[in-house]
Amino acid sequence: MSRRRHSDENDGGQAHKRRRTSEPIEIEDRLESLICRVGEKSTSSLESNLEGLAGVLEADLPNYKSKILRILCAVARLLPEKLTVYTTLVGLLNARNYNFGGEFVEAMIRQLKETLKNNLYSEAVYLVRFLSDLVNCHVIAAPSMVAMFENFVSVTQEEDVPQVRSDWFVYVVLSCLPWVGKELYEKKDVEMDRLLSQIEGYLKRRVKTHVPMLQVWTADKPHPQEEYLDCLWAQIQKLKKDRWQERHILRPYIAFDSVLCEALQHNLPPFTPPGHMPDAQYPMPRVIFRVFDYTDAPEGPVMPGSHSVERFVIEENLHCIIKTHWKERKTCAAQLLSYPGKNKIPLNYHIVEVIFGELFQLPSPPHIDVMYTTLLIELCKLQPGSLPQVLAQATEMLYMRLDTMNTTCIDRLINWFSHHLSNFQFRWSWDDWSDCLTVDLEKPKPKFVKEVLEKCMRLSYHQRIVDIVPPTFSALIPADPIFTYKYPDESASSLPGYPMSITVSNAIKNRASNEEILTVLKEVPNPNQEDDDDEGESFNPLKIDVFLQTLLNLAAKSFSHSFSALGKFHEILKTLANSDEGKLHLLKVLYEVWRNHPQMIAVLVDKLIRTQVVDCAAVANWLFSQDMAHEFTRLFIWEILHSTIRKMNKHVQKIQKELEEAKDKLEKQQHKRRDSGDDEDMDKNSEDEEGQLEEQIERLQEKVESAQSEQKNLFLVIFQRFIMLLTEHLVRCETGSVDISTPWYKNGIERLQQIFLMHHATIQQYMGTLENLLFTAELDHHILAVYQQFCALQL
Amino acid sequence: MKRKQHHRFSGMLLVEEQQSASLRFFTMSVKLNALNSDSYIDISQYRDQHFKGNRYEQEKLLKQSNTLYVGNLSFYTTEEQVHELFSKSGDVKRIIIGLDKIKKTACGFCFVEYYTRGDAEHAMRFINGTRLDDRIIRTDWDAGFKEGRQFGRGKSGGQVRDEYRQDYDPARGGYGKLAQQHRPTEVRNSF
Repeated sequence: MSRRRHSDENDGGQAHKRRRTSEPIEIEDRLESLICRVGEKSTSSLESNLEGLAGVLEADLPNYKSKILRILCAVARLLPEKLTVYTTLVGLLNARNYNFGGEFVEAMIRQLKETLKNNLYSEAVYLVRFLSDLVNCHVIAAPSMVAMFENFVSVTQEEDVPQVRSDWFVYVVLSCLPWVGKELYEKKDVEMDRLLSQIEGYLKRRVKTHVPMLQVWTADKPHPQEEYLDCLWAQIQKLKKDRWQERHILRPYIAFDSVLCEALQHNLPPFTPPGHMPDAQYPMPRVIFRVFDYTDAPEGPVMPGSHSVERFVIEENLHCIIKTHWKERKTCAAQLLSYPGKNKIPLNYHIVEVIFGELFQLPSPPHIDVMYTTLLIELCKLQPGSLPQVLAQATEMLYMRLDTMNTTCIDRLINWFSHHLSNFQFRWSWDDWSDCLTVDLEKPKPKFVKEVLEKCMRLSYHQRIVDIVPPTFSALIPADPIFTYKYPDESASSLPGYPMSITVSNAIKNRASNEEILTVLKEVPNPNQEDDDDEGESFNPLKIDVFLQTLLNLAAKSFSHSFSALGKFHEILKTLANSDEGKLHLLKVLYEVWRNHPQMIAVLVDKLIRTQVVDCAAVANWLFSQDMAHEFTRLFIWEILHSTIRKMNKHVQKIQKELEEAKDKLEKQQHKRRDSGDDEDMDKNSEDEEGQLEEQIERLQEKVESAQSEQKNLFLVIFQRFIMLLTEHLVRCETGSVDISTPWYKNGIERLQQIFLMHHATIQQYMGTLENLLFTAELDHHILAVYQQFCALQL
Repeated sequence: MKRKQHHRFSGMLLVEEQQSASLRFFTMSVKLNALNSDSYIDISQYRDQHFKGNRYEQEKLLKQSNTLYVGNLSFYTTEEQVHELFSKSGDVKRIIIGLDKIKKTACGFCFVEYYTRGDAEHAMRFINGTRLDDRIIRTDWDAGFKEGRQFGRGKSGGQVRDEYRQDYDPARGGYGKLAQQHRPTEVRNSF
């Protein structure tokens, strides 16, 4: 078989396969391609491309109408950054073929209903915005659009619905106004005024308890982080004051005004918003991230103000571009940098701000964190003369505001910055940050630098880090990640475990079996017991210490060596850790030997959980134990905890899935039997199979319940520990009349928040228990506030 | 090709966990090929000549694989560094460092296996073509690790590419093996 193919050279991935035939399917693909590509860089003007395409499509309507309808509906839903290009196209088609225009509007309404039914709220926004811009293209009559908006806003009058529901309907209406506000006001100003006043009333009575939990900084200076609806309202107010003059949006339809104004318009059918369903998942509230303002771009175009509608439109469009192209970083970067109208705005600043806004979004970024790192690298490659400077400026500003930055966001900044630096030979002007050396090392700035250097080391090696920072930064350099052995040589001979460590070490080197080693270990005296324990089975901390220290010492060379050791001696480890105390002590010893290598601790804990030597609750208890209190503010602790919770969650999901699959199988089997007729033999075999499946389902059911119980318990342990630690601190400060806001406390309370935010979907199931057992009214109000903010998110 | 078409028009599509709702129930509109490009996860032209099975079987495995081949590593890059970088796209199940067949030392490649395909795909999209130890590394789908595949297949024990290359790369033993035969003294002075 020939190794050569007809496709283009694949240089990092964006090849296009050439076609050889033109079957109808090929024509449909071509239509798709033509429509999707209109508006992109071209030798002809946009207007002439649109005109040409409208002609082609009009000619194809007799044969390919439904396909064209589907494609146009899809681009309306999936390419919101090109909204006005496609509304113009639809406008031109409607002018040439009134019936087609009507069918398109109907198809859009059907699609809107489907998106709402399926919880696809961001796509529904794009559809409504598309419809509203069709008013500008003379496809839809303004009064019918206003009527739809009135129906949307009437949702604010509903009772006993989640606030996020009415929020969404208000958001949709407001977010359409930059495009269509002017036209609607010209035709129906009285109704629009009434609408806006209703919205204003709603916004005044909205509950905003959730906002602090979503803010990236706790300070209001230099830029307040507004709740997204408040910000949008301010922007629309300003737009109204400016008499709806909006100059940023590209409006190709203006060039076709003479053609479009001849077209007949359609009325939107009356649209009743679907009622609230209990399983509806409305979008989460957001806070608007701002790091730049008009003072920050030194030369060139000025950045539009925070309450200007231009700012809203630019940010919306950039978010949409990322949403469309995030999987292909080269395309994404190119699309961002070729934003239409880029010469009138400081585009690089907007791009950097939008990207960081997504990266720092709470509870979580829209896309995987590493995507943003790679996208920024790609942008730096495409604009090497300007973008890196903006990025450095942003980094500097973020550093300066670390004192009030949310801990979760600092985590992401640490991970982004270290990974970014590793792609640029770790070049950075560290001396600019020497102010961090003059304060307590637990404060956010030195802590940030310390964690960054630790992560940089993980991506390189210790000496590299020593080389890249000025000598003044030596206090922040991470420890050399070497093993700390308790029994290295005769200097340790006075320790009780020393002789046994030699014996065990030799046994392992001589490939003794697990049984033989266990026998050897029986001789280890138990410091906790006076009498001899015949079985030697009870918790013996010295036994655990000697075995694990010796084993891990022999396997210290690499991750693989250590994993292999844990695997080989799994039996022994399980025996030693067969009690809660045993598990806890195992983890304690693990920490002692690898305390300079947090990365190793994390991967070994992961293996110990996956091989069921320790359980998740044991890990949680260990992390919160007194022995680990001095590490409580270090990033690796929280990475281990969140990884542990995720493993627990995945485990539950896996068994649930197995249960669902077994249930489906049973159902299919039962259908088969019903449909198969009266074959006695078939019947009996079927019955047997069904019986087996039913048994399996019962077993899986038990497994699911047991797993869920373990999961609930894990969260209870974690929350309990948080409450104990934080309460202790608060009481101590109160009695000593000391300010509670120490760096430790800020870390602690925000880590508690982080648990809620990172695992909100899972925690939702256990709200009842949490409220009854833990987050009761007796709790200190500082801690209870976190819980209340979480509830207010109405996730 | 026809098979793919059927999937597309029936409205039932394979999707990732996170964005799954986005396309699942759509009967009204279509998945647009032009928009759903995800070319970074496509399989490449490379086929393992030592693979036990035919091309079709190999391609099937590549398309389901959770394992990546990683190339252009420095000889000094450690398992720990690989783990740190590749963990950014998901939980890593196992890393196998490629070894010189004779010397049994690292020879500049490795395999990274994830627990899920989705995590491996993220690595193809966001880690492939970025730097590790200051070198642009390259990732590619692998049909799955089998004992023996951790060894270089070049005559001298390392990777084939190090046999014939003409350039000087201090992180990969200096000059290529063939070129080294013509410059014995310079190799010794390379550090």
